[in-house]
Amino acid sequence: MDLDPIVVTLIEALIKTIVVIIALLTAFAYLTLVERYVIAKIQSRIGPNRVGAIGGIALLQPIADAIKMIFKEDFWPAQADKIIYTIAPGIAVGTALLAWAVMPLHPSTEIFGYHIDFYIADVNIAVLYLLAIGSLGIYGIVLGGWGSNNKYSMLGALRSTAQMISYEISLGLALVGVLMLSGSLSLVDIVEKQSFIWNVVWQPLGFIIYFIAAVAEVNRLPFDLPEAETELVAGYQTEYSSLKFALFYMAEYINMLTVSAIASTMFLGGYQGPFGILPGVHWLILKIMFFIFVMMWMRGTLPRFRYDQLMGFGWKVLLPLALANIFVTAIVMVIFK
Amino acid sequence: MELIPFYFLAALGVIAALGVVMLRNPVYSALCLAVVFVSLAGLYVLLSAPFLAAAQVMIYAGAILILFVFVIMLLSPGSDPLKEELKWQRPLAVIFGVALVAQLALVIALAVLPPTRGPFTPELIAQIGSTQAVGASLFTDFLLPFEITSLLLLVAIVGVIVLAKKRQ
Amino acid sequence: MMLTVNHYIILSAILFSIGAVGVLMRRNPLIMFMSIELMLNAVNLAFVGFSRYLQSIDGQVFVFLILTVAAAEVAVGLAIIVALFRTRQTVNVDEANTLKG
Repeated sequence: MDLDPIVVTLIEALIKTIVVIIALLTAFAYLTLVERYVIAKIQSRIGPNRVGAIGGIALLQPIADAIKMIFKEDFWPAQADKIIYTIAPGIAVGTALLAWAVMPLHPSTEIFGYHIDFYIADVNIAVLYLLAIGSLGIYGIVLGGWGSNNKYSMLGALRSTAQMISYEISLGLALVGVLMLSGSLSLVDIVEKQSFIWNVVWQPLGFIIYFIAAVAEVNRLPFDLPEAETELVAGYQTEYSSLKFALFYMAEYINMLTVSAIASTMFLGGYQGPFGILPGVHWLILKIMFFIFVMMWMRGTLPRFRYDQLMGFGWKVLLPLALANIFVTAIVMVIFK
Repeated sequence: MELIPFYFLAALGVIAALGVVMLRNPVYSALCLAVVFVSLAGLYVLLSAPFLAAAQVMIYAGAILILFVFVIMLLSPGSDPLKEELKWQRPLAVIFGVALVAQLALVIALAVLPPTRGPFTPELIAQIGSTQAVGASLFTDFLLPFEITSLLLLVAIVGVIVLAKKRQ
Repeated sequence: MMLTVNHYIILSAILFSIGAVGVLMRRNPLIMFMSIELMLNAVNLAFVGFSRYLQSIDGQVFVFLILTVAAAEVAVGLAIIVALFRTRQTVNVDEANTLKG
C-alpha cells in the first residue's frame, strides 16, 4: 500500500505531537512532586512520603493530587465573565504547549531504514516563533485575572502584564547574541553548530540575562509578584478551583520546562554532550532538570522583589546589559572575523 | 490546495473583524482583534513571508494589543452607552461604509496589474530565508527610512513620558 | 481555481472597510483605535499580497516599518486616552469637545 507523502508527513507529525504532549504532561505531574520534595528538604521538612512511597518518596502522590483536584467543586465567582473565565486557562496551557513544536529533542536517526527527525517542525524562524508564542502566553493570565471579577485577580493580572512585557524585551535581546554567532534562526541549526563548544562559552552574559528574564517570564520567585500570596491572596488565580486551577498550574510548570529547554538549546548545546560526547535526548533532559532544580532552589531561598525594584531591575539593569552584550558581540565578531 | 487554508483564515479574520466593530464590551473587541492578527499571520505564512508572520504575532498580538487590554482593564470603561448623542451618526457611518466598499470594488475591478516581476520568487525567499531577505533589504535600500523610524520611536517615548507625567 | 493576488486584495478591502466603519460608528476611543489598527492591518495584507505577486521584497519591508510606526502610535494614543480619562472620568469621545484639559 502506497500512501501519499503528505499523508505520511501529517501522520508522523500527529504521532510526534501526541508523544511530546504525553511526555510534557507526565513531566508536569512529577515536577509537582519533585518541587514539593526539594522545597521540603531545603526547609528541613520531610515532604510527601505516604502515597505509594518507595524509599521515603511518595511516587504516586501526583495521581492522588490529580484525583483530589478533579473532585473539587468547580467554583464560578458571581458576576464573572463566563466565557473569558473559562477560556483563560485553556489559552495559558495551549500557548505553553505550542512552543514545543520547534524544539529539537534528539539527533536525526535512521530506525529500520526509516529516517526520523526528533522535532515536530524545523522552521527557519523558530526563535522568532518561540518569542511570539511566549508573548501570547500573557493572555491566559490577563484574561483569567480580568474574567474573575475580583480585585486581587485584577491586580495580579495588571502586575503580570507590566512585568512580562518588561522582561520579554531583555529575554529576546539576550538571545540575539547567540543568533549573531549562529547566523540562523532555526533551532536545529543552532544546536548542530554547538556540537563541540557550547554557546555559553562565548555568551556568558547573555546566558545569565536570559535565565533571569526567563524566571521573571514564568512568574517564579523571586519574581512571583502576579501571585504574591502575602499581598494578593493568589493573584490572577485567586478565584480558580478544580480543573481550571490545575490547568493554570500545568501551564506554569510547562512554561518552566519550555524556558529551560530554550536555555539548554540556545546556550548549553541542547542534545549535544560536552565536547561531542554521545549526543542524545538524555543530555537535554539532564540540562532541563538542572535549570528546573535551580528555579526550585531559588524559590526555597530567595525573598520576593518589591514592585518598584522589579521594574527598576528590568529596565535599568537587564535591558542596558543585554544591549551592551549585543554591542560587544558585534565588535568582537567584526574584529575576529 | 492553498485555497482551503486561505478561505478558512479569511473567514476567521472577517468574522473576528466584525466582532471588533460590533461587540459592546471592549475586552471582547480586543480578543477579536487578537484573532484577526493571528489569522493575518497565517495568511502571511501562505504568502511565503514567515518572518512577518512571527513579527505580526509578536508585535501586534503580543505587545500592542496587550497594551490595549492593559488600558481597558486600568480604566474599566464598561460597555458603550446604548443611547447616541448624535442621532444621525450611525446611519451616516453605514452610508459612508457602503460608499467606501463600492469605491474599493470599482478600483479593484478596473485595476490592471503590472506584469513586471522582481527577482524574489517564493523559491528564492525560501532558499535565502525570509528573515535574511527582509533584513538585507532593510539595511541597504531602506536604511534611511529605518533610521527615521528609530527617531520616530524616540519621539514617541518622549511624548508618552510627557503625557504620563503628573502635572505640577 | 488558483489562489491569486486578487483574493488577498479583496480580503484586504473588506477588512479595511470594516475598520473604517468601526472608526465612524463607535464612540469609545479604545474601540475606534482598535478599528484603526484593523485598517493598518488590512493595508499590511495588501502590501504582502502585492509583494508576493510582484516578487519583490519591498512590500514586506514596508509592512515591517508600519509595524514599528503602529507600535509608536499606540503608545502615544493610549497615553492620550489615559490622560483624557484622568481629567474627564469618561472615555466617550463626544464629551472630549474642548481643547483645554
